Amino acid sequence: MHEDLLPMLLTGFGETLYMVVLSTVAAIVLGLPLGVLVVITSAGHVLESPRLNRVLGAVINVTRSFPFIIMIVLLLPLSRFLVGTTLGATAASVPLSIAAAPFLARIIENSLKEVDRGKVEAALAMGATPLQIVSKVLIPEALASLVLGLTLAVITITGFTATAGAIGAGGLGSLAIRYGYMRYREDVMFATVLILVIFVQGVQWSGDRLARWINRNQHRLG
Amino acid sequence: MITIDSLNKLYHTPRGTFTALRDVNLQIERGDVFGIIGLSGAGKSTLIRCLNRLEEPDSGSIVIDGREITRLATHELREARKKIGMIFQHFNLLDSRTVQGNVAFPLELAGWPRKEVAQRVEEILDLVGLSDKAGNYPAQLSGGQKQRVGIARALANHPEVLLSDEATSALDPQTTSSILELLADINRKLGLTIVLITHEMSVIRQICSKVAVMDRGEIVESGAVQQVFTAPSSATMRLFLEHSALLQGYGAGI
Repeated sequence: MHEDLLPMLLTGFGETLYMVVLSTVAAIVLGLPLGVLVVITSAGHVLESPRLNRVLGAVINVTRSFPFIIMIVLLLPLSRFLVGTTLGATAASVPLSIAAAPFLARIIENSLKEVDRGKVEAALAMGATPLQIVSKVLIPEALASLVLGLTLAVITITGFTATAGAIGAGGLGSLAIRYGYMRYREDVMFATVLILVIFVQGVQWSGDRLARWINRNQHRLG
Repeated sequence: MITIDSLNKLYHTPRGTFTALRDVNLQIERGDVFGIIGLSGAGKSTLIRCLNRLEEPDSGSIVIDGREITRLATHELREARKKIGMIFQHFNLLDSRTVQGNVAFPLELAGWPRKEVAQRVEEILDLVGLSDKAGNYPAQLSGGQKQRVGIARALANHPEVLLSDEATSALDPQTTSSILELLADINRKLGLTIVLITHEMSVIRQICSKVAVMDRGEIVESGAVQQVFTAPSSATMRLFLEHSALLQGYGAGI
């Protein structure tokens, strides 16, 4: 084992973690309103609006069609504008967030759609506003499913960071390509993959636990 | 208390237009337990859902307690709905909230101060006989208990009217009977006007003072329960009576 391995891995993992957290937060900020709007503007829902619904659906589908590596290249100018550079973890978080947001929006849409229409109707009959329906009915009732969806999104974003690493984002993906692949450093390749596997397992395990805990609270049998 | 005047409602489907309500006129007095009976597809569910405009009628008017529901703007309608309680066949409780949380929900929406909410929830849970279940989640309750929570939730904000949309249809006969008893009790104690729809004669017989019979979107007969039961004027009602007599006659052998 080379003595440079450990510090390299630590920095790489730090960068990956930074990108994942930053992009996840940004993807929630963009994707949550998008997912909620798609649901409540759908036919027969609290803010029914077929035209807006079609536009939002199209936006999500178009952004989801881009292969991620193309998305990065396309968004280079935006990264430069927002961050001042196109290199590094912060710059990479721009395309990461924008690629993950529509994905997350679809996941959120699917979770919120599972909430029984009768619950929404009951809240409407009690005089709830659309905003109250979202915050007090849809989101709390779908919480366990939302947590599982978010878990899936975090794992997908982690995968995306490796792609971003190939073109200058840093992180574990970048290490694996620059050292593991280009310099035949098998120890680097092996260690990065191992860390990613453990990380993804950890995220999934925590997400499952959290979702189960929420579910158990709601569906505890007497 | 409630005046329904020439109400019409059409559904447009790809296969054509379906008349759900045709020139419906009804007068419901304060303190009535008013039953609307009909077979499925007769339009009774559409009718009761028009009363708080979960369905929008195409024409006609509904006046509840002097307020013309059919003319209210969205925000006025929300305020009016806070004074119209509703209970449902499938209860529609929030699974993420405890019994207490479910009953507090309409009070939160109406902007009650927290301390008064707690007090009111306790009071109303006592009325429906569920004080000991305050901290439980809906998943831990039986069907009858869930409907009691539904009733408590509907009554929490002191409504003028209670709408019951097939509230006992998903319950077994014994539980149905105890829920109806509770509704009758509330009607007596609070003087609350109750409008209920059902396809079961036994529900009408047990608690209603007046009844309207619906068939294919129209009210074919209405009046005091005793009068309609003893001298039915519509074919639909006669059919209902024959059928329920048959059930009663052979009931002992089932």
